[in-house]
Amino acid sequence: MKPAELGARIGDHFPDVLVARGEVTLLIGRGELIDVLVRLRDQPDLSFGFLSSVTATDHPGKDPRFWVVYELRSVAHAHRLRVKVGLPADDPHVPSVTPLFPTADWHERETWDLFGIVFDGHPDLDRILLPDDWEGHPLRKDEELGGVGTQYHGAFIPPVDERTMP
Amino acid sequence: MPVERFEGHLTGHTPEEVEEEVKKGVMLTTLDRAVSWARKQSMWPATFGLACCAIEMMSAGAGRYDLSRWGMELFRASPRQADLMIVAGRVSQKMAPVLRRVYDQMVEPKWVVSMGVCASAGGMFTNYAIVQGVDTIVPVDIYVPGCPPKPEMLMFGILKLHEKVRTTGTIR
Amino acid sequence: MATGQEPRIGHEMGAARDELRGVPHQIRDHVTGEVRRETMIINMGPQHPSTHGVLRLLLELDGETVIRCKPIVGYLHTGIEKNTEYRTWVQGVAYVTRADYLSPFFNELAYCLAVERLLGIEAPPRAQVLRVLLCELNRIASHLVWVATGGMELGAVSLMLYGFRERELILDIFEAVTGLRMNHSYIRPGGVIMDLPPGGTRMIAKFLDTMPARIDDYERLLNKNPIWVERNVGVGKLSAEDALALGVTGPILRSAGVPIDLRKDEPYSGYETYDFDVPVRTEADAYARYVIRIAEMRESLKIVEQALERLTEPGPVMVEDPKVGWPVKLSVGPDGIGNDEGYLRHIMEESMEALIHHFKMVTQGVRVPEGEVYQAVESPRGELGMYVVSANEHRPYRVHIRDPSFANLQAVPTMVEGGLIADAIAVIASLDPVLGGVDR
Repeated sequence: MKPAELGARIGDHFPDVLVARGEVTLLIGRGELIDVLVRLRDQPDLSFGFLSSVTATDHPGKDPRFWVVYELRSVAHAHRLRVKVGLPADDPHVPSVTPLFPTADWHERETWDLFGIVFDGHPDLDRILLPDDWEGHPLRKDEELGGVGTQYHGAFIPPVDERTMP
Repeated sequence: MPVERFEGHLTGHTPEEVEEEVKKGVMLTTLDRAVSWARKQSMWPATFGLACCAIEMMSAGAGRYDLSRWGMELFRASPRQADLMIVAGRVSQKMAPVLRRVYDQMVEPKWVVSMGVCASAGGMFTNYAIVQGVDTIVPVDIYVPGCPPKPEMLMFGILKLHEKVRTTGTIR
Repeated sequence: MATGQEPRIGHEMGAARDELRGVPHQIRDHVTGEVRRETMIINMGPQHPSTHGVLRLLLELDGETVIRCKPIVGYLHTGIEKNTEYRTWVQGVAYVTRADYLSPFFNELAYCLAVERLLGIEAPPRAQVLRVLLCELNRIASHLVWVATGGMELGAVSLMLYGFRERELILDIFEAVTGLRMNHSYIRPGGVIMDLPPGGTRMIAKFLDTMPARIDDYERLLNKNPIWVERNVGVGKLSAEDALALGVTGPILRSAGVPIDLRKDEPYSGYETYDFDVPVRTEADAYARYVIRIAEMRESLKIVEQALERLTEPGPVMVEDPKVGWPVKLSVGPDGIGNDEGYLRHIMEESMEALIHHFKMVTQGVRVPEGEVYQAVESPRGELGMYVVSANEHRPYRVHIRDPSFANLQAVPTMVEGGLIADAIAVIASLDPVLGGVDR
């Protein structure tokens, strides 16, 4: 199905639909996330039964600061949809979709680990990639990259995030 | 023990003089040198593959490059049976304590080859997750540069290590 | 915040931690019916010969039966996604290629396709053929490592030698074409960095002659080998419903009868114009995955052959737009390194504009308009997706790698629990996870 066609079909049910670069994006609030995903999954002409990926982006100083991104795919129709949920900086909570899509388990743990977004109702929301005693969530934009400076033939090269980008 | 025969150049003897000594049927050397020679003949590396370099390390052990030419095809899964640790790949902050524990479990004498630029200095991954040089955790004998180093480079590093083991000559 | 400088020696990693929360501590003996309380928790990995890298499994055992299994990952977390945010778009290629280090071309391809869609450009036809050609050779190389290591883990050490023997032939081609055996950074936004070297097509054609007989050899060695059959048939079953719910893709999903292959379903780089089949089985066990991977190697050879035929017509391999394409012309000079002498003379002696342009492109690179895309390709392990966000800057705002091994590993408890501990090895081998991709 053409993305524009899919966008129109989803637009019949939900207000915030964007079609760009051949991809359909649906923006929703976190309160309706579970209901929307159930409808997207169970409605036969949509049937988004496969969750490819869950991740997030961080935009400090903006509202909403965090966007949680769900990449859905339909096995029957071979079409894709992106669902995005905005979260405020001081309350980064979103309901877990693990009961609907078991694969979300590790993806949500990773997003908690790297962004500090809390998935309410997740069975075991724990660090997955970093050591258990790590402090902070490194993929947030206000966390520094880390690393060390380099001494090369007497010249000092600072760590990557302290260099000036052209 | 035919140590001096092969290593006559280290003692300043010509091959003819060494050959003369061999005919006498008696070889003299220091215990240090004899032990060092024996140690370098057959090092058993611990399997410590981490990332891309581990694949090249396996290539070095496989048919074309054939590490068994130096008696090294036997990668030991148990660190207690190994005397060489090839740190092949990037060492993350989460892996660092494991690496140190494996190193501590190896029996003396033991050597470490830091394979690849990530293990040697963090490489292109100057960031929060990667230990910026495995020499901050364990003492390193040989650094092999490259991303990943070709098996030939690893073998060159290992031969350099052999030379080091043979000539250091300290019974540890 | 924990910084990158000091290693964390104190971090406890014993198996006795409370990481198996909610473990059922009462086990009813199925013979006598009495309730026993003792089980054994063992720790497999992260330094273990048969866990495909630094994977760690916590296993709770009742005798030799696995009651509960918890995979623990992250021992190779590299921070690739964070690093890309500090580098230019072209430098990003060098980072993503090191994620899943057994399929570097697929990482590069997914990333570059995403960037190209953000830029609204398409690589020239010859570059697309080269991409398909190298990706399919890479698929064979990756499956060969699976044959080698998977065989070794089940005790067939000769396979280890055979797999790496044939892989060297492919790496020779890669080295001749890209200059590197692994981590090539060859596919760039807008095309590929350079054309095949002289004699490249002959080299690949020679490989095409050699390989089919070698694949026959593996089959002769394994198909009726009682140990191989015994260790694989009926082991690690995963139904299609479970696989889809757990996000499993690639050969494991196709072994359960679901014919999903993104090369067919969502074609990219002109895959719709190639003639090949998608091998599917219905047994859903480790043996079916072996059969599928062997068949995929043959299909890849078919695609390579077709791609080779299309390479007879010369053409550009990088987009002509000077605002996007990499400015440097490459050719192997007498020093063995690839800067074209004529080009160097042009920017150093003849044209100031060319020098400025070169400087801007190399230090700053292309500016990518604001937007986001998710581009998925079919890697040897399944759906490899790149979610790339641009904020109209010279570097990415966010790059997320959806790695197939990451999702596939979640299925390990489902496949291992209730089976023997020895079968856990066969299950992990049949999944073919690459921890560099899992942990990124």
